[in-house]
Amino acid sequence: MACIEASSLRKAFGATVALDGVNLRVEEGRILGLIGPNGAGKTTALNAILGLTPYQGELKVLGRDPWTERDLLMRDVCFIADVAVLPRWIRVSQALDYVAGVHPRFDRAKAESFLARTTIRPASKVRELSKGMVAQLHLALVMAIDAKLLVLDEPTLGLDILYRKQFYDSLLNDYFDRRRTIVVTTHQVEEIQNVLTDVMFIHRGRIVFDCSMEQLESRYLEVMVHPEQLAGARALKPMHERQVFGRSILLFDAADRQQLAVLGDVRTPSIADLFVAVMGNQAGEAQGAAR
Amino acid sequence: MNTPSNAIPGSPLESQVIAPAVITASRRMYWSVRRELWESRSIYLAPLAAAALFLFGFSISTIHLRDKMRAALALDPMRQHALIEQPYNLAALLIMFTTFIVGVFYCLDALHGERRDRGILFWKSLPVSDLTTVLSKASIPLVVLPLLTLAITVAAQFIMLLLSSVVLLGSGLSVATLWTQVSPFQMSLMLLYHLVTVHALWYAPIYGWLLLVSGWARRAAFLWAGLPLLAIGVVEKVAFNSSHFAAILGDRMGGGAEAVTAPGTVPMDPMTHLTPGHFLSSPGLWIGLAIAAAFLAAAVRLRRYREPI
Repeated sequence: MACIEASSLRKAFGATVALDGVNLRVEEGRILGLIGPNGAGKTTALNAILGLTPYQGELKVLGRDPWTERDLLMRDVCFIADVAVLPRWIRVSQALDYVAGVHPRFDRAKAESFLARTTIRPASKVRELSKGMVAQLHLALVMAIDAKLLVLDEPTLGLDILYRKQFYDSLLNDYFDRRRTIVVTTHQVEEIQNVLTDVMFIHRGRIVFDCSMEQLESRYLEVMVHPEQLAGARALKPMHERQVFGRSILLFDAADRQQLAVLGDVRTPSIADLFVAVMGNQAGEAQGAAR
Repeated sequence: MNTPSNAIPGSPLESQVIAPAVITASRRMYWSVRRELWESRSIYLAPLAAAALFLFGFSISTIHLRDKMRAALALDPMRQHALIEQPYNLAALLIMFTTFIVGVFYCLDALHGERRDRGILFWKSLPVSDLTTVLSKASIPLVVLPLLTLAITVAAQFIMLLLSSVVLLGSGLSVATLWTQVSPFQMSLMLLYHLVTVHALWYAPIYGWLLLVSGWARRAAFLWAGLPLLAIGVVEKVAFNSSHFAAILGDRMGGGAEAVTAPGTVPMDPMTHLTPGHFLSSPGLWIGLAIAAAFLAAAVRLRRYREPI
Protein backbone atom coordinates (compact mmCIF):
# COMPACT_ATOMS: atom_id res chain seq x y z
CA MET A 1 0.00 0.00 0.00
CA ALA A 2 1.19 3.49 -0.77
CA CYS A 3 1.70 5.58 2.32
CA ILE A 4 1.16 8.87 0.51
CA GLU A 5 -0.54 9.21 -2.84
CA ALA A 6 -1.20 12.57 -4.47
CA SER A 7 -2.40 13.49 -7.90
CA SER A 8 -2.89 16.98 -9.34
CA LEU A 9 -2.47 18.49 -5.91
CA ARG A 10 -2.99 22.24 -6.12
CA LYS A 11 -2.88 25.02 -3.59
CA ALA A 12 -2.82 28.77 -4.18
CA PHE A 13 -2.51 31.64 -1.74
CA GLY A 14 -4.19 34.45 -3.61
CA ALA A 15 -2.24 34.88 -6.85
CA THR A 16 0.71 32.83 -5.59
CA VAL A 17 0.57 29.21 -6.65
CA ALA A 18 2.30 27.13 -3.99
CA LEU A 19 1.45 23.70 -5.41
CA ASP A 20 0.91 23.45 -9.13
CA GLY A 21 -0.34 19.95 -9.84
CA VAL A 22 1.86 17.79 -7.64
CA ASN A 23 1.82 14.06 -8.36
CA LEU A 24 3.68 11.82 -5.99
CA ARG A 25 3.60 8.38 -4.50
CA VAL A 26 5.52 7.28 -1.44
CA GLU A 27 5.52 3.58 -0.59
CA GLU A 28 5.51 2.31 2.97
CA GLY A 29 8.90 1.79 4.56
CA ARG A 30 10.71 4.49 2.59
CA ILE A 31 12.71 7.49 3.77
CA LEU A 32 11.98 10.27 1.33
CA GLY A 33 13.94 13.48 1.10
CA LEU A 34 11.91 16.32 -0.34
CA ILE A 35 14.41 18.88 -1.54
CA GLY A 36 13.71 22.29 -3.00
CA PRO A 37 14.74 25.92 -2.93
CA ASN A 38 13.03 28.36 -0.57
CA GLY A 39 9.44 28.98 -1.56
CA ALA A 40 9.29 25.90 -3.79
CA GLY A 41 6.23 24.54 -1.98
CA LYS A 42 7.86 22.01 0.37
CA THR A 43 6.12 23.18 3.50
CA THR A 44 2.80 23.63 1.72
CA ALA A 45 3.03 20.07 0.41
CA LEU A 46 3.79 18.75 3.90
CA ASN A 47 0.97 20.84 5.40
CA ALA A 48 -1.45 19.32 2.90
CA ILE A 49 -0.21 15.81 3.77
CA LEU A 50 -0.66 16.58 7.48
CA GLY A 51 -4.16 17.98 7.02
CA LEU A 52 -3.08 21.42 8.17
CA THR A 53 -4.26 23.17 5.05
CA PRO A 54 -7.10 22.58 2.56
CA TYR A 55 -6.12 21.82 -1.06
CA GLN A 56 -7.49 20.91 -4.45
CA GLY A 57 -6.85 17.58 -6.11
CA GLU A 58 -6.53 14.02 -4.85
CA LEU A 59 -4.55 13.18 -1.75
CA LYS A 60 -4.55 10.04 0.36
CA VAL A 61 -2.32 9.48 3.37
CA LEU A 62 -2.43 5.95 4.83
CA GLY A 63 -5.62 5.56 2.82
CA ARG A 64 -7.31 8.55 4.40
CA ASP A 65 -8.16 12.05 3.24
CA PRO A 66 -5.92 14.17 5.48
CA TRP A 67 -8.21 17.23 5.48
CA THR A 68 -11.54 15.57 6.29
CA GLU A 69 -10.18 12.71 8.41
CA ARG A 70 -7.42 14.61 10.17
CA ASP A 71 -8.38 13.70 13.73
CA LEU A 72 -8.22 9.97 12.95
CA LEU A 73 -5.12 10.29 10.80
CA MET A 74 -3.10 11.98 13.52
CA ARG A 75 -3.14 8.78 15.58
CA ASP A 76 -0.87 7.22 12.95
CA VAL A 77 1.03 10.27 11.78
CA CYS A 78 3.53 12.33 13.67
CA PHE A 79 5.46 15.39 12.67
CA ILE A 80 8.10 17.89 13.63
CA ALA A 81 7.00 20.93 11.69
CA ASP A 82 9.95 23.12 12.50
CA VAL A 83 12.64 23.44 15.11
CA ALA A 84 11.57 25.13 18.32
CA VAL A 85 7.82 24.68 18.21
CA LEU A 86 7.75 23.15 21.66
CA PRO A 87 6.10 25.77 23.87
CA ARG A 88 8.69 27.54 25.97
CA TRP A 89 6.72 27.40 29.20
CA ILE A 90 6.31 23.63 29.34
CA ARG A 91 8.41 21.42 31.59
CA VAL A 92 9.97 18.26 30.22
CA SER A 93 7.94 16.14 32.65
CA GLN A 94 4.75 17.99 31.69
CA ALA A 95 5.39 17.39 28.00
CA LEU A 96 5.74 13.66 28.74
CA ASP A 97 2.59 13.69 30.89
CA TYR A 98 0.59 15.48 28.25
CA VAL A 99 1.60 13.34 25.29
CA ALA A 100 1.07 10.19 27.37
CA GLY A 101 -2.34 11.57 28.33
CA VAL A 102 -3.61 12.21 24.81
CA HIS A 103 -1.71 9.85 22.51
CA PRO A 104 -2.78 6.19 22.40
CA ARG A 105 0.49 5.06 20.81
CA PHE A 106 2.94 6.88 23.06
CA ASP A 107 5.43 4.73 24.97
CA ARG A 108 6.51 6.86 27.89
CA ALA A 109 9.27 4.49 29.04
CA LYS A 110 10.87 4.70 25.62
CA ALA A 111 10.88 8.49 25.67
CA GLU A 112 12.33 8.51 29.18
CA SER A 113 15.10 6.09 28.31
CA PHE A 114 16.02 8.24 25.32
CA LEU A 115 16.06 11.37 27.48
CA ALA A 116 18.20 9.58 30.07
CA ARG A 117 20.97 9.44 27.49
CA THR A 118 20.92 13.24 27.18
CA THR A 119 21.64 15.96 29.71
CA ILE A 120 17.99 17.07 29.76
CA ARG A 121 16.49 17.05 33.26
CA PRO A 122 12.75 16.29 33.70
CA ALA A 123 12.20 19.41 35.81
CA SER A 124 13.64 21.77 33.21
CA LYS A 125 11.45 24.11 31.27
CA VAL A 126 11.88 24.24 27.50
CA ARG A 127 12.98 27.88 27.74
CA GLU A 128 15.95 26.76 29.85
CA LEU A 129 17.16 24.25 27.25
CA SER A 130 19.55 24.97 24.40
CA LYS A 131 18.26 24.75 20.86
CA GLY A 132 19.91 21.39 20.37
CA MET A 133 18.38 20.04 23.58
CA VAL A 134 14.92 21.19 22.50
CA ALA A 135 15.38 19.25 19.27
CA GLN A 136 16.48 16.20 21.31
CA LEU A 137 13.40 16.50 23.51
CA HIS A 138 11.10 16.80 20.53
CA LEU A 139 12.73 13.81 18.89
CA ALA A 140 12.40 11.80 22.12
CA LEU A 141 8.67 12.56 22.23
CA VAL A 142 8.17 11.74 18.56
CA MET A 143 10.27 8.56 18.52
CA ALA A 144 8.29 7.13 21.42
CA ILE A 145 5.12 7.38 19.33
CA ASP A 146 4.46 4.25 17.32
CA ALA A 147 3.43 6.13 14.17
CA LYS A 148 3.23 4.82 10.63
CA LEU A 149 4.32 8.08 9.05
CA LEU A 150 6.76 10.62 10.42
CA VAL A 151 7.11 13.99 8.71
CA LEU A 152 10.11 16.20 9.45
CA ASP A 153 10.21 19.74 8.08
CA GLU A 154 13.69 21.22 8.54
CA PRO A 155 14.09 19.36 11.85
CA THR A 156 17.73 20.34 12.35
CA LEU A 157 17.72 23.94 11.15
CA GLY A 158 20.08 26.06 13.21
CA LEU A 159 21.58 23.13 15.13
CA ASP A 160 25.32 22.54 15.20
CA ILE A 161 26.82 19.61 13.32
CA LEU A 162 27.06 17.34 16.37
CA TYR A 163 23.37 17.63 17.16
CA ARG A 164 22.45 17.26 13.48
CA LYS A 165 24.43 14.06 13.12
CA GLN A 166 23.12 12.66 16.38
CA PHE A 167 19.56 13.51 15.31
CA TYR A 168 19.72 11.41 12.14
CA ASP A 169 21.69 8.63 13.83
CA SER A 170 19.00 8.29 16.49
CA LEU A 171 16.31 8.35 13.86
CA LEU A 172 17.93 5.54 11.88
CA ASN A 173 19.13 3.36 14.74
CA ASP A 174 16.36 3.73 17.28
CA TYR A 175 13.31 4.53 15.22
CA PHE A 176 13.32 3.43 11.61
CA ASP A 177 12.36 -0.21 11.22
CA ARG A 178 11.55 -0.54 7.50
CA ARG A 179 7.78 -0.48 7.99
CA ARG A 180 7.51 3.11 9.05
CA THR A 181 7.70 5.85 6.46
CA ILE A 182 9.66 9.05 6.95
CA VAL A 183 9.42 12.21 4.86
CA VAL A 184 12.06 14.84 5.52
CA THR A 185 12.81 18.25 4.06
CA THR A 186 16.10 19.96 4.70
CA HIS A 187 18.64 22.29 3.18
CA GLN A 188 21.54 20.28 4.58
CA VAL A 189 21.26 17.76 1.78
CA GLU A 190 24.71 16.20 2.03
CA GLU A 191 24.15 15.12 5.61
CA ILE A 192 21.08 13.05 4.84
CA GLN A 193 22.26 11.54 1.57
CA ASN A 194 23.11 8.25 3.28
CA VAL A 195 19.90 8.26 5.28
CA LEU A 196 17.46 8.48 2.38
CA THR A 197 15.98 5.71 0.25
CA ASP A 198 14.27 8.11 -2.13
CA VAL A 199 14.69 11.69 -3.20
CA MET A 200 12.37 14.20 -4.84
CA PHE A 201 13.10 17.73 -5.98
CA ILE A 202 10.32 20.25 -5.87
CA HIS A 203 10.48 23.51 -7.80
CA ARG A 204 7.79 26.15 -8.27
CA GLY A 205 5.12 23.88 -6.88
CA ARG A 206 5.97 20.91 -9.08
CA ILE A 207 7.89 17.69 -8.55
CA VAL A 208 10.70 18.00 -11.07
CA PHE A 209 12.76 14.97 -10.04
CA ASP A 210 11.73 11.70 -8.41
CA CYS A 211 14.19 8.87 -7.98
CA SER A 212 15.17 6.13 -5.55
CA MET A 213 18.72 6.18 -4.24
CA GLU A 214 19.55 2.86 -6.00
CA GLN A 215 18.33 4.34 -9.27
CA LEU A 216 20.26 7.49 -8.62
CA GLU A 217 23.46 5.57 -8.13
CA SER A 218 23.05 3.47 -11.25
CA ARG A 219 21.71 6.17 -13.52
CA TYR A 220 23.65 9.37 -12.80
CA LEU A 221 27.38 9.66 -13.16
CA GLU A 222 29.75 12.53 -12.64
CA VAL A 223 33.05 12.76 -14.46
CA MET A 224 36.00 14.97 -13.66
CA VAL A 225 37.12 15.26 -17.24
CA HIS A 226 40.78 15.39 -18.35
CA PRO A 227 41.22 18.78 -20.08
CA GLU A 228 42.19 17.17 -23.39
CA GLN A 229 38.98 15.06 -23.37
CA LEU A 230 36.63 17.97 -22.75
CA ALA A 231 35.33 18.38 -26.31
CA GLY A 232 34.64 14.66 -26.60
CA ALA A 233 32.91 14.62 -23.23
CA ARG A 234 30.69 17.58 -24.13
CA ALA A 235 29.65 15.75 -27.29
CA LEU A 236 28.00 13.11 -25.08
CA LYS A 237 25.47 15.75 -23.99
CA PRO A 238 26.00 16.10 -20.24
CA MET A 239 23.03 17.45 -18.33
CA HIS A 240 25.25 19.86 -16.40
CA GLU A 241 28.76 21.19 -16.34
CA ARG A 242 30.63 22.98 -13.58
CA GLN A 243 34.20 24.03 -12.85
CA VAL A 244 36.13 23.01 -9.76
CA PHE A 245 39.78 24.10 -9.39
CA GLY A 246 39.97 24.69 -13.13
CA ARG A 247 38.77 21.17 -13.92
CA SER A 248 35.42 20.57 -15.60
CA ILE A 249 32.99 18.24 -13.91
CA LEU A 250 30.28 16.93 -16.20
CA LEU A 251 27.12 15.24 -15.00
CA PHE A 252 25.56 12.57 -17.20
CA ASP A 253 22.16 10.97 -17.14
CA ALA A 254 22.04 7.32 -18.25
CA ALA A 255 25.48 7.25 -19.82
CA ASP A 256 27.75 4.25 -20.23
CA ARG A 257 30.16 4.06 -17.29
CA GLN A 258 32.97 2.47 -19.31
CA GLN A 259 32.69 5.07 -22.02
CA LEU A 260 32.93 7.79 -19.39
CA ALA A 261 35.87 6.16 -17.59
CA VAL A 262 38.04 6.94 -20.60
CA LEU A 263 37.26 10.65 -20.21
CA GLY A 264 38.25 11.04 -16.59
CA ASP A 265 37.46 10.03 -13.00
CA VAL A 266 33.90 8.71 -12.70
CA ARG A 267 31.86 8.81 -9.50
CA THR A 268 28.28 8.97 -8.26
CA PRO A 269 27.14 12.57 -7.90
CA SER A 270 25.98 13.90 -4.57
CA ILE A 271 22.34 14.86 -4.21
CA ALA A 272 23.47 18.46 -3.86
CA ASP A 273 25.26 18.41 -7.23
CA LEU A 274 22.34 16.69 -8.88
CA PHE A 275 20.02 19.25 -7.34
CA VAL A 276 22.04 22.13 -8.72
CA ALA A 277 22.07 20.46 -12.15
CA VAL A 278 18.33 19.80 -12.20
CA MET A 279 17.49 23.26 -10.87
CA GLY A 280 19.85 24.88 -13.37
CA ASN A 281 18.08 23.11 -16.21
CA GLN A 282 14.72 24.13 -14.78
CA ALA A 283 15.78 27.77 -14.72
CA GLY A 284 17.06 27.45 -18.29
CA GLU A 285 13.76 25.96 -19.44
CA ALA A 286 11.83 28.67 -17.68
CA GLN A 287 13.92 31.33 -19.42
CA GLY A 288 13.50 29.56 -22.73
CA ALA A 289 9.74 29.48 -22.19
CA ALA A 290 9.76 33.17 -21.34
CA ARG A 291 11.41 33.97 -24.65
CA MET B 1 -12.60 -10.21 14.90
CA ASN B 2 -11.74 -6.78 13.75
CA THR B 3 -14.35 -4.36 12.58
CA PRO B 4 -13.75 -3.31 8.98
CA SER B 5 -13.02 0.28 9.94
CA ASN B 6 -9.89 -0.40 11.93
CA ALA B 7 -8.59 -3.48 10.13
CA ILE B 8 -6.04 -2.82 7.46
CA PRO B 9 -6.58 -5.48 4.82
CA GLY B 10 -3.55 -7.31 3.62
CA SER B 11 -1.20 -5.93 6.24
CA PRO B 12 0.88 -8.78 7.63
CA LEU B 13 2.44 -6.46 10.18
CA GLU B 14 -0.83 -5.69 11.85
CA SER B 15 -0.53 -8.65 14.22
CA GLN B 16 2.82 -7.43 15.51
CA VAL B 17 1.48 -4.07 16.53
CA ILE B 18 0.61 -3.88 20.17
CA ALA B 19 -2.99 -2.83 20.64
CA PRO B 20 -2.84 0.87 21.48
CA ALA B 21 -4.34 2.12 24.70
CA VAL B 22 -7.82 3.51 24.26
CA ILE B 23 -7.98 7.19 25.05
CA THR B 24 -11.44 8.55 25.64
CA ALA B 25 -12.60 12.02 24.66
CA SER B 26 -12.97 12.97 28.31
CA ARG B 27 -9.37 11.99 29.02
CA ARG B 28 -8.14 14.19 26.16
CA MET B 29 -10.27 16.98 27.59
CA TYR B 30 -8.85 16.46 31.07
CA TRP B 31 -5.25 16.70 29.88
CA SER B 32 -6.04 19.67 27.68
CA VAL B 33 -7.48 21.56 30.66
CA ARG B 34 -4.48 20.60 32.79
CA ARG B 35 -2.23 21.92 30.06
CA GLU B 36 -4.01 25.28 30.26
CA LEU B 37 -3.41 25.38 34.00
CA TRP B 38 0.29 24.63 33.46
CA GLU B 39 0.58 27.41 30.94
CA SER B 40 -1.50 30.08 32.68
CA ARG B 41 -0.75 29.75 36.33
CA SER B 42 -2.41 33.12 36.96
CA ILE B 43 -5.72 31.25 36.71
CA TYR B 44 -5.25 30.11 40.31
CA LEU B 45 -2.41 32.30 41.53
CA ALA B 46 -4.24 35.60 40.95
CA PRO B 47 -7.38 34.78 42.99
CA LEU B 48 -5.19 33.20 45.70
CA ALA B 49 -3.13 36.39 45.85
CA ALA B 50 -6.30 38.51 46.00
CA ALA B 51 -7.62 36.37 48.84
CA ALA B 52 -4.32 36.56 50.71
CA LEU B 53 -4.23 40.32 50.29
CA PHE B 54 -7.76 40.68 51.58
CA LEU B 55 -7.11 38.40 54.55
CA PHE B 56 -4.03 40.45 55.40
CA GLY B 57 -6.08 43.66 55.41
CA PHE B 58 -8.89 42.00 57.30
CA SER B 59 -6.62 40.65 60.03
CA ILE B 60 -5.37 44.19 60.64
CA SER B 61 -8.95 45.49 60.75
CA THR B 62 -9.82 43.05 63.57
CA ILE B 63 -8.12 45.52 65.94
CA HIS B 64 -11.33 47.50 65.77
CA LEU B 65 -13.61 44.49 65.66
CA ARG B 66 -14.61 44.81 69.34
CA ASP B 67 -15.81 48.40 68.90
CA LYS B 68 -17.51 47.53 65.65
CA MET B 69 -19.45 44.66 67.20
CA ARG B 70 -20.51 46.84 70.12
CA ALA B 71 -21.76 49.47 67.66
CA ALA B 72 -23.54 46.85 65.60
CA LEU B 73 -25.38 45.45 68.60
CA ALA B 74 -27.03 48.84 69.08
CA LEU B 75 -28.43 48.87 65.53
CA ASP B 76 -31.70 47.42 64.25
CA PRO B 77 -31.43 43.88 62.84
CA MET B 78 -31.43 44.96 59.19
CA ARG B 79 -28.52 47.32 59.47
CA GLN B 80 -26.76 45.06 61.94
CA HIS B 81 -26.81 42.28 59.38
CA ALA B 82 -25.54 44.57 56.62
CA LEU B 83 -22.70 45.91 58.76
CA ILE B 84 -21.46 42.54 59.99
CA GLU B 85 -21.73 40.81 56.64
CA GLN B 86 -20.09 43.64 54.70
CA PRO B 87 -16.42 42.44 54.80
CA TYR B 88 -17.49 38.92 53.75
CA ASN B 89 -19.24 40.30 50.69
CA LEU B 90 -16.27 42.51 49.95
CA ALA B 91 -13.97 39.49 49.98
CA ALA B 92 -16.24 37.68 47.51
CA LEU B 93 -16.43 40.77 45.29
CA LEU B 94 -12.67 41.23 45.21
CA ILE B 95 -11.99 37.60 44.33
CA MET B 96 -14.75 37.54 41.71
CA PHE B 97 -13.44 40.72 40.15
CA THR B 98 -9.94 39.23 40.05
CA THR B 99 -11.06 36.04 38.34
CA PHE B 100 -13.14 38.02 35.86
CA ILE B 101 -10.09 40.05 34.84
CA VAL B 102 -7.99 36.87 34.70
CA GLY B 103 -10.66 35.26 32.51
CA VAL B 104 -10.69 38.20 30.09
CA PHE B 105 -6.92 38.26 29.65
CA TYR B 106 -6.70 34.48 29.53
CA CYS B 107 -9.24 34.33 26.69
CA LEU B 108 -7.54 37.09 24.72
CA ASP B 109 -4.28 35.14 24.76
CA ALA B 110 -5.59 31.57 24.63
CA LEU B 111 -5.71 31.09 20.86
CA HIS B 112 -3.31 33.93 20.07
CA GLY B 113 -0.28 32.84 22.09
CA GLU B 114 -0.08 29.35 20.60
CA ARG B 115 -0.01 30.83 17.09
CA ARG B 116 2.48 33.55 18.03
CA ASP B 117 5.05 31.13 19.50
CA ARG B 118 4.22 28.51 16.80
CA GLY B 119 3.50 26.01 19.57
CA ILE B 120 0.29 25.28 17.68
CA LEU B 121 2.42 23.18 15.31
CA PHE B 122 3.32 20.94 18.23
CA TRP B 123 -0.23 20.75 19.60
CA LYS B 124 -1.57 19.95 16.14
CA SER B 125 0.91 17.08 15.77
CA LEU B 126 -1.01 15.25 18.49
CA PRO B 127 -4.37 13.55 18.05
CA VAL B 128 -6.39 16.25 19.81
CA SER B 129 -9.06 17.86 17.66
CA ASP B 130 -9.56 21.61 17.28
CA LEU B 131 -12.95 21.20 18.94
CA THR B 132 -11.43 19.61 22.05
CA THR B 133 -8.76 22.30 22.21
CA VAL B 134 -11.17 25.23 21.89
CA LEU B 135 -13.63 23.67 24.36
CA SER B 136 -10.84 23.06 26.86
CA LYS B 137 -9.86 26.72 26.58
CA ALA B 138 -13.48 27.86 26.89
CA SER B 139 -13.93 25.70 29.97
CA ILE B 140 -11.38 27.81 31.86
CA PRO B 141 -13.59 30.94 32.18
CA LEU B 142 -16.87 29.01 32.08
CA VAL B 143 -16.15 26.19 34.54
CA VAL B 144 -12.70 26.29 36.12
CA LEU B 145 -12.61 29.95 37.16
CA PRO B 146 -16.12 29.95 38.74
CA LEU B 147 -15.27 26.78 40.69
CA LEU B 148 -11.94 28.21 41.82
CA THR B 149 -13.65 31.46 42.81
CA LEU B 150 -16.14 29.51 44.89
CA ALA B 151 -13.51 27.39 46.62
CA ILE B 152 -11.14 30.26 47.36
CA THR B 153 -13.88 32.64 48.50
CA VAL B 154 -15.49 30.08 50.79
CA ALA B 155 -12.10 29.27 52.29
CA ALA B 156 -11.29 32.97 52.76
CA GLN B 157 -14.65 33.70 54.36
CA PHE B 158 -14.26 30.76 56.69
CA ILE B 159 -10.83 31.98 57.77
CA MET B 160 -12.29 35.46 58.36
CA LEU B 161 -15.06 33.99 60.49
CA LEU B 162 -12.62 31.95 62.58
CA LEU B 163 -10.30 34.92 63.00
CA SER B 164 -13.18 37.16 64.11
CA SER B 165 -14.42 34.52 66.56
CA VAL B 166 -10.99 34.20 68.15
CA VAL B 167 -10.65 37.97 68.48
CA LEU B 168 -14.14 38.34 69.96
CA LEU B 169 -13.65 35.47 72.41
CA GLY B 170 -10.32 36.96 73.39
CA SER B 171 -11.97 40.22 74.27
CA GLY B 172 -14.73 38.53 76.21
CA LEU B 173 -17.58 39.18 73.77
CA SER B 174 -20.11 36.66 72.57
CA VAL B 175 -19.73 35.22 69.06
CA ALA B 176 -23.44 34.37 68.84
CA THR B 177 -24.37 37.56 66.93
CA LEU B 178 -21.54 37.04 64.47
CA TRP B 179 -22.49 33.46 63.70
CA THR B 180 -26.20 34.21 63.34
CA GLN B 181 -25.60 37.16 61.03
CA VAL B 182 -22.91 35.49 58.95
CA SER B 183 -24.03 32.09 57.77
CA PRO B 184 -21.21 30.39 55.83
CA PHE B 185 -23.51 27.86 54.22
CA GLN B 186 -25.98 30.43 52.98
CA MET B 187 -23.22 32.70 51.74
CA SER B 188 -21.64 29.85 49.76
CA LEU B 189 -24.97 28.91 48.23
CA MET B 190 -25.65 32.51 47.18
CA LEU B 191 -22.17 32.76 45.73
CA LEU B 192 -22.52 29.51 43.82
CA TYR B 193 -25.82 30.70 42.37
CA HIS B 194 -24.31 34.02 41.36
CA LEU B 195 -21.26 32.38 39.78
CA VAL B 196 -23.28 29.88 37.76
CA THR B 197 -25.91 32.32 36.55
CA VAL B 198 -23.85 35.44 35.95
CA HIS B 199 -20.18 34.47 35.58
CA ALA B 200 -20.67 31.27 33.62
CA LEU B 201 -23.99 31.51 31.76
CA TRP B 202 -24.62 35.23 31.40
CA TYR B 203 -21.02 36.13 30.56
CA ALA B 204 -20.55 33.17 28.18
CA PRO B 205 -20.92 35.28 24.99
CA ILE B 206 -18.30 37.73 26.30
CA TYR B 207 -15.75 34.95 26.76
CA GLY B 208 -16.78 33.40 23.43
CA TRP B 209 -16.16 36.71 21.68
CA LEU B 210 -12.76 37.14 23.32
CA LEU B 211 -11.71 33.60 22.34
CA LEU B 212 -12.80 34.21 18.77
CA VAL B 213 -10.85 37.46 18.57
CA SER B 214 -7.76 35.79 20.02
CA GLY B 215 -7.99 33.12 17.32
CA TRP B 216 -8.48 35.70 14.61
CA ALA B 217 -6.27 38.70 15.40
CA ARG B 218 -2.68 38.69 14.20
CA ARG B 219 -1.70 41.22 16.81
CA ALA B 220 -3.26 43.55 19.38
CA ALA B 221 -6.07 41.14 20.25
CA PHE B 222 -7.05 43.47 23.07
CA LEU B 223 -7.81 46.32 20.68
CA TRP B 224 -9.64 44.07 18.23
CA ALA B 225 -11.84 42.85 21.05
CA GLY B 226 -13.01 46.35 21.95
CA LEU B 227 -12.77 48.60 18.92
CA PRO B 228 -15.31 46.88 16.63
CA LEU B 229 -17.91 47.04 19.42
CA LEU B 230 -17.16 50.72 19.94
CA ALA B 231 -17.38 51.29 16.19
CA ILE B 232 -20.82 49.65 15.95
CA GLY B 233 -22.04 51.79 18.84
CA VAL B 234 -20.72 54.98 17.25
CA VAL B 235 -22.14 54.17 13.81
CA GLU B 236 -25.52 53.39 15.32
CA LYS B 237 -25.49 56.66 17.26
CA VAL B 238 -24.53 58.71 14.20
CA ALA B 239 -26.82 56.95 11.73
CA PHE B 240 -29.96 56.45 13.80
CA ASN B 241 -29.25 58.58 16.85
CA SER B 242 -30.06 55.55 19.00
CA SER B 243 -27.94 53.50 21.37
CA HIS B 244 -29.56 50.06 21.43
CA PHE B 245 -26.27 48.27 20.84
CA ALA B 246 -24.59 50.10 23.70
CA ALA B 247 -27.58 49.28 25.90
CA ILE B 248 -27.36 45.59 25.02
CA LEU B 249 -23.65 45.55 25.79
CA GLY B 250 -24.19 47.43 29.03
CA ASP B 251 -26.89 44.98 30.07
CA ARG B 252 -24.56 42.06 29.28
CA MET B 253 -21.62 43.51 31.17
CA GLY B 254 -23.80 44.54 34.09
CA GLY B 255 -24.72 40.94 34.79
CA GLY B 256 -27.99 39.09 34.48
CA ALA B 257 -30.56 41.20 36.26
CA GLU B 258 -33.03 38.36 35.75
CA ALA B 259 -31.06 36.11 38.10
CA VAL B 260 -32.21 38.04 41.20
CA THR B 261 -35.10 40.33 42.02
CA ALA B 262 -34.24 43.89 42.88
CA PRO B 263 -33.37 44.05 46.58
CA GLY B 264 -35.78 46.88 47.43
CA THR B 265 -38.25 45.69 50.05
CA VAL B 266 -35.91 43.12 51.45
CA PRO B 267 -37.08 40.30 53.62
CA MET B 268 -34.53 38.97 56.08
CA ASP B 269 -33.85 35.78 54.14
CA PRO B 270 -31.73 36.73 51.12
CA MET B 271 -32.38 33.34 49.51
CA THR B 272 -35.79 34.62 48.43
CA HIS B 273 -34.03 36.98 46.03
CA LEU B 274 -32.96 34.09 43.89
CA THR B 275 -35.28 33.58 40.96
CA PRO B 276 -33.85 30.76 38.87
CA GLY B 277 -37.15 30.20 37.10
CA HIS B 278 -37.27 33.78 35.97
CA PHE B 279 -33.61 33.64 34.92
CA LEU B 280 -33.95 30.42 32.95
CA SER B 281 -37.00 31.69 31.10
CA SER B 282 -35.42 35.00 30.08
CA PRO B 283 -34.73 35.19 26.34
CA GLY B 284 -31.54 37.20 26.99
CA LEU B 285 -29.91 34.13 28.57
CA TRP B 286 -30.67 31.81 25.67
CA ILE B 287 -29.83 34.32 22.97
CA GLY B 288 -26.53 34.95 24.74
CA LEU B 289 -25.77 31.23 24.96
CA ALA B 290 -26.59 30.75 21.28
CA ILE B 291 -24.24 33.62 20.38
CA ALA B 292 -21.53 32.14 22.63
CA ALA B 293 -21.90 28.77 20.85
CA ALA B 294 -21.65 30.50 17.46
CA PHE B 295 -18.48 32.35 18.53
CA LEU B 296 -16.91 29.11 19.75
CA ALA B 297 -17.84 27.26 16.56
CA ALA B 298 -16.22 30.06 14.56
CA ALA B 299 -13.12 29.84 16.77
CA VAL B 300 -12.87 26.08 16.11
CA ARG B 301 -13.16 26.67 12.37
CA LEU B 302 -10.54 29.41 12.44
CA ARG B 303 -8.08 27.22 14.31
CA ARG B 304 -8.61 24.53 11.69
CA TYR B 305 -8.03 26.81 8.70
CA ARG B 306 -5.56 29.36 10.01
CA GLU B 307 -1.82 29.05 9.63
CA PRO B 308 0.34 30.09 12.57
CA ILE B 309 1.31 33.75 12.60
